Amino acid sequence: MQRYVATRLAQGVVVIFLVSVGTFGMMHLIPGDPVSLMLGEGRVTQEQIDLIRRKWGLDRPIHEQYLTWMGNMLRGEFGQSVVRSGVPVRTMIAEAARVTITLNLIAFVLSIAVAIPAGIFAAVRRYSTFDYLIMVAATVGVALPNFWVGLMLIVLFSVVLRWLPPYGLGSWHGYVLPVLVIVIGQLALLARLMRSSTLDNLGEDFARTARAKGLREGAVVVRHVVRNALLPIVTVIGYRLAFILSGTIVVETVFALPGLGQLFVESVNRVDYQVVQAIVLLLSVLVVLGNLATDMVYGLIDPRIRIR
Amino acid sequence: MSREAAAPIPRLPAAYQARPSEWSRGWRRFARYRPGLVGLAFILVLLVLAIFPDTFAPHPYTQIFRGMRGAPPTWGHPLGFDHIGRDVLSRIIWGSRVALIVGLLATGIAVVIGVAVGAIAGYVGGWVDSVLSRLVDTLMAYPLLVLLITLAAVLGPSLVTVVVIIGLTTWAQYARVVRADVLSLREREFVLAAAAAGASAARIIFRHVVPNVMGPVIVLASLGIGGIILLESALSFLGLGAQPPTASWGGMLADGRAFILTYPQIAIAPGVMISLTVLAFNLVGDGLRDALDPRQKDVTINR
Repeated sequence: MQRYVATRLAQGVVVIFLVSVGTFGMMHLIPGDPVSLMLGEGRVTQEQIDLIRRKWGLDRPIHEQYLTWMGNMLRGEFGQSVVRSGVPVRTMIAEAARVTITLNLIAFVLSIAVAIPAGIFAAVRRYSTFDYLIMVAATVGVALPNFWVGLMLIVLFSVVLRWLPPYGLGSWHGYVLPVLVIVIGQLALLARLMRSSTLDNLGEDFARTARAKGLREGAVVVRHVVRNALLPIVTVIGYRLAFILSGTIVVETVFALPGLGQLFVESVNRVDYQVVQAIVLLLSVLVVLGNLATDMVYGLIDPRIRIR
Repeated sequence: MSREAAAPIPRLPAAYQARPSEWSRGWRRFARYRPGLVGLAFILVLLVLAIFPDTFAPHPYTQIFRGMRGAPPTWGHPLGFDHIGRDVLSRIIWGSRVALIVGLLATGIAVVIGVAVGAIAGYVGGWVDSVLSRLVDTLMAYPLLVLLITLAAVLGPSLVTVVVIIGLTTWAQYARVVRADVLSLREREFVLAAAAAGASAARIIFRHVVPNVMGPVIVLASLGIGGIILLESALSFLGLGAQPPTASWGGMLADGRAFILTYPQIAIAPGVMISLTVLAFNLVGDGLRDALDPRQKDVTINR
């Protein structure tokens, strides 16, 4: 186990390093000189430009620039927004993250709470109408663009029924539709996964043994099958973190929620690269850590994984 | 013995007769899955529309009908008008072109890169494998949409940009699958035989190994096209895809969002088309998986 943890940790560190180099490099793909971007159309002398270059460290070789930047990132100093001048990027991200985390946490808990019982039920009642419904919903569900689902919910609940606000976060009502969109996206997929995982385990030897001991089918499912069937769900949730983060960007844009996704898209449009850089790095490091944590948890609860 | 009376060639026993080719057997297995056939039919229709949009679209996609802003459907315009008075049906038909170009070309780029990287990593092994595998891990670590939005903005949004950046960022999954398969193929007799006969590594990889991993790759690719069309529509929705006045379904939905309170019906048709197209590709992918690669099940490759 220790060897396994050490290898995965080392790989994780290498990937985080490469992600940081990739992000840094991507920002240097921007055509044009960052100084002239910063100054815009204003008249400046060559000396002033040189002064700014020196102040921002742009006169130094690229690897030094990278090391300085990475050092700042590691200390949590993301710099200041170029557009909203004077506001530390860290503050902007912290404010936005609160909205994003709230939104995704509610959606996540709701989808899990519904999907897992639904998946178990579909597996136990295989080939029933309910089972069929889950499979169809899962197939159609992955094909729906989440932003379009959002738009249709706005049409239904805000334009036709006038029950809920179309966008913004004036009150908690603003969370209802975005949460619904994310739940719709996750629900069918998770239920289908739980179904196939439960089905796999229903046919296992340990389930047959439990039945042979005279346990009722209900007890077999609840005590033996479900515990094992949850394993793949844990990993899929962990590995889907990147997908969930991608989803939240579009959903926040549809509903104009002041979360990380909207901050990111706005910063991209306003060419506020300090903010963009910080968010890209933050999210990808988060994904790496999420995958690492998933591997660890999986190794802990399933001893078979460690022996490799 | 006289030469004239040659004995007729005896018929071979049934077991030795030519069996239907791998392809026709594959097709038969595919055809057993009805939803896959329906999906294929839908894609073929879409393909015809995308190749000849000017024949099928009733109006030019940029023609503005004065005084018809956001007007509801009429007989001549069965899907109504958009926010500046253009015919929605014509724009839907032209939009199929963008969706298919991005879906097919970007997938093609990703498959070529992914198969090459995966085959080299798996066959060569050693430090080459370590370097390529970390590269794959790194690419997989970025939330895909975040990466695409940044790249599109940095490189300047256009149809070409979208195809290239999606192709360049989605190959990692193919590399992973191919690498794993090549690792096991590497020790098989026919590969060892080729090596013993003196074939170069490049020849072994591309003549002997790669053809044997194409089954799972085709399945993954067909299942991936739908996801890529979704990505393209999301980018266009955010204004980072093909630029106006080009008709793209995602871009039409962006207009739909801007005018959702005044002309809510604009946002319906493009979304239906995206969903149906993605669904069709996914169903074909499911059918191909059953036909070509029965080992895999429930693989979803969205990020």
